Amino acid sequence: MTALLTVDGVSKRFRGLVAVDNVSFEVPEGAIFAVIGPNGAGKTTLFNAIAGEFKPDGGSIVFAGEKIDGLSPDRICRRGVGRTFQIVKPFPGLSVEDNVMVGALLHRRTPRDAREWVHQVLERLDLHDKRHQLASALTLPDRKRLEVARAIATEPKLLLLDEVMAGLRPTETDRMVEVFRRLNKEHGVTILLIEHVMRAVMALASHILVLHHGAAIAEGAPEEVVRDQAVIDSYLGAEALI
Amino acid sequence: MIKWLFDGVTIGGQALLAVILALALAAPLFVDDYLLSVFIVTLYFAYTGQAWNVMMGFAGQLSLGHAIYVGLAAYTAAVLFVELRISPWIGILAAIPVAVLCGAIIGFLAFRFRVAGVYFAILTIAFAEFARIGFDHFSAVGGSAGLFLPVASYAKFDLWNLRGGPEMFYYLILVMVIAVFLICRALMHSRVGYYWLAIREDEQAARALGIDTFRYKMIAVLVSAGMTAPAGVFLAFYHNNLFPEQIFHISQSIEIILAPIIGGIGTLFGPIIGAALLQWLAESLRVGLEAVGIDVPGSKQVFFGVLLLLVVIAVPEGLWPWIAAKFRLTERKP
Amino acid sequence: MPAEIYLNVAVSGILTGLVYGLMALGLSVIFGVVRVVNFAHGEMMTIAMYLAIVLFATLGFDPLLMLVPIAIVLFVAGYLLQATVINKFITRPEHSQFLLLVAIAIIIVNVLLIIFGPDAQSVQTSYSFDSYQVGPLIIDATKLYAGAAAILVAIGLVAFFQFTTLGTAIRACADNYTGAQVVGLDVNRLYALTFGLGAACVGAAGTMLVIIIDVTPALGPAYTLLAFVIVITGGLGSMTGALLGGVLIGLTEAIAGLLYSPSAKSMFAFAILVLVLLFRPQGIVGKRTA
Repeated sequence: MTALLTVDGVSKRFRGLVAVDNVSFEVPEGAIFAVIGPNGAGKTTLFNAIAGEFKPDGGSIVFAGEKIDGLSPDRICRRGVGRTFQIVKPFPGLSVEDNVMVGALLHRRTPRDAREWVHQVLERLDLHDKRHQLASALTLPDRKRLEVARAIATEPKLLLLDEVMAGLRPTETDRMVEVFRRLNKEHGVTILLIEHVMRAVMALASHILVLHHGAAIAEGAPEEVVRDQAVIDSYLGAEALI
Repeated sequence: MIKWLFDGVTIGGQALLAVILALALAAPLFVDDYLLSVFIVTLYFAYTGQAWNVMMGFAGQLSLGHAIYVGLAAYTAAVLFVELRISPWIGILAAIPVAVLCGAIIGFLAFRFRVAGVYFAILTIAFAEFARIGFDHFSAVGGSAGLFLPVASYAKFDLWNLRGGPEMFYYLILVMVIAVFLICRALMHSRVGYYWLAIREDEQAARALGIDTFRYKMIAVLVSAGMTAPAGVFLAFYHNNLFPEQIFHISQSIEIILAPIIGGIGTLFGPIIGAALLQWLAESLRVGLEAVGIDVPGSKQVFFGVLLLLVVIAVPEGLWPWIAAKFRLTERKP
Repeated sequence: MPAEIYLNVAVSGILTGLVYGLMALGLSVIFGVVRVVNFAHGEMMTIAMYLAIVLFATLGFDPLLMLVPIAIVLFVAGYLLQATVINKFITRPEHSQFLLLVAIAIIIVNVLLIIFGPDAQSVQTSYSFDSYQVGPLIIDATKLYAGAAAILVAIGLVAFFQFTTLGTAIRACADNYTGAQVVGLDVNRLYALTFGLGAACVGAAGTMLVIIIDVTPALGPAYTLLAFVIVITGGLGSMTGALLGGVLIGLTEAIAGLLYSPSAKSMFAFAILVLVLLFRPQGIVGKRTA
């Protein structure tokens, strides 16, 4: 399997703080790749670098064979990278349907053309019944689903998910896992996710990368990573194995 | 087509719309010249308010110098008519690009250099003031003494050169208001419209969805400027004179924004409702004061100021959303 | 043109610029602390100017002597405005606050228009036509006194913010709104105080300006814009920036008025504003935020 995303030696510092420290990894096409680690480990900063919110101080990021570090977020999205935000950013004054429509219009010329696709996405995320509600009126779990739906609507090749399971109940988490699994298996979307909810990580991930203080401390298949002593010491704790 | 036009409007709303349209069309038959001129002013501000709304209500950029587009377009068309006898219908083909170019400069400077929010508003004010003072010294087009269009006799009906009585101008501005309304409605339902709303709501999220925010903000500014231009041409030929002190003045820019703010930023009917309310109340005030024997310049503006204050404090969304909900004129599907 | 004329005009511009600086200082203080863009700033100054004119006409008091009372009146007005109306707008979107003050500005200008009419009014003091000769320089007495008064008030204000507990408390609010609250400062009261101070500043500037120029209600919006130009040029939130900016603008206006025509001088101020907004939005003295 070819690497869809190659992160090579990426670093980012904010004034005195090194947020991401020489991180390298490859995300194979079709994989579900999880990035885990304690808070402050640099996971979201890494995502932001990949998504184009800023240019990394060092290293390079290659997506589908082309360098994307330094490009603006909208150009990166047009290349096929979709993302969600850790603190969700819905368009509050627009309806659920219109929110997703904005995403769908990336590859479709008119709202009329996009409507069918928008409804499909809403169905998949269980939002079809609420499609006329204002985004500002939604509960948090619904907002998270909206955030995901909107990103999916842009038909990305690579989907960056930033802690989308946080605050969801176990049944909702399972439902989301199902959505992503289908997205990955049936539609071939490669997924890179930041997650604390290990239940979801173990259910989904084919690869895991562990960050701690901005540096990669472990990488590999889930079974190996969760047994890695450094990972247990810094983040998981022995109970995670049970 | 009809369905698309009235999508989202209830039967009650449609009926009301039909009645108002019928009344508007028949108005000149029943109403005296003075009242007709009040209607014209109302429709003028409904028009400019709608055009301004595109920049603010859709793309979220507060322009407080919109008079510059009115003025530039007015002078362009007027000069072409006065010097070269070119009909305003042709003149507008020059006036619109001039306004759009001005918008392009302002937009480019603002967005390229990240001038946003209040700073953007101040930038627009600065440009309009610059134009005002500049044209005051622009003696080739009359300078501060003004530019005058040759006036034909009152009864003459010359649509091509826009010489004629108030009825002609009334129908003209009415058609313009309807046209700009339909254009805005089409825009709102188009890809551009959705992208504008996204930018207004959350620019960062919009970018994450692949929207080139610079490009679309520029488009909003250009469209808004271009749409405002015909109002300038109208003004020049209706009043037959242009003074930089008036047409570029900040009070003009402020009066342009009053209608959409009071009516409801970002809505289609807002500017129209706002303009109607403003002019109706202003006229009532004037009549009332006259009856008591007061005729003071500035009283109308104080009134506008107070109205703006009340709306900003109590009804920040504007009056139209409230009216629409109360009288069930539009529907939001459940 | 002989050099003396440039020099005279320059000095005149600098002195007037000091008064502008004081006016802009009020705006800077308000924005720096309360974070509200006071679009009615110039209009508040015209209130002070008309107050000075009325007091002079009825009681014969020199405007500079009326500086303190008028500043106090403006202080109270500003305090009340912030405490009753503007406070509620702190959490509202930016353009909402802006429009609130636009509305207030419109009301002020036109009420003044109704009361005083559009014609220019002025104050003719005993020294209105006096001037001092210093070498080749001929300095108008009015401008000299105004400039001196401006410097004194500015120094007083800076001292207040540096050396008094109240001033320090206000600066704390500006630096960190939540932090200030956590420490127990009554932020709303301090905001009102600050707005009052800013208004007093502009009131004082008004009493100085009224001996230099004629007053019309239309001056309000013109000076609001000028205040913004100065503050943005000098650096938003910086007191020295406001004064420096004022002097710079005063100087530019004066020289431009000499080289071109007097009415075109504001064009230069606007040109400077555009340039600053584009290339150095933090102003001459300001720091780049974030």
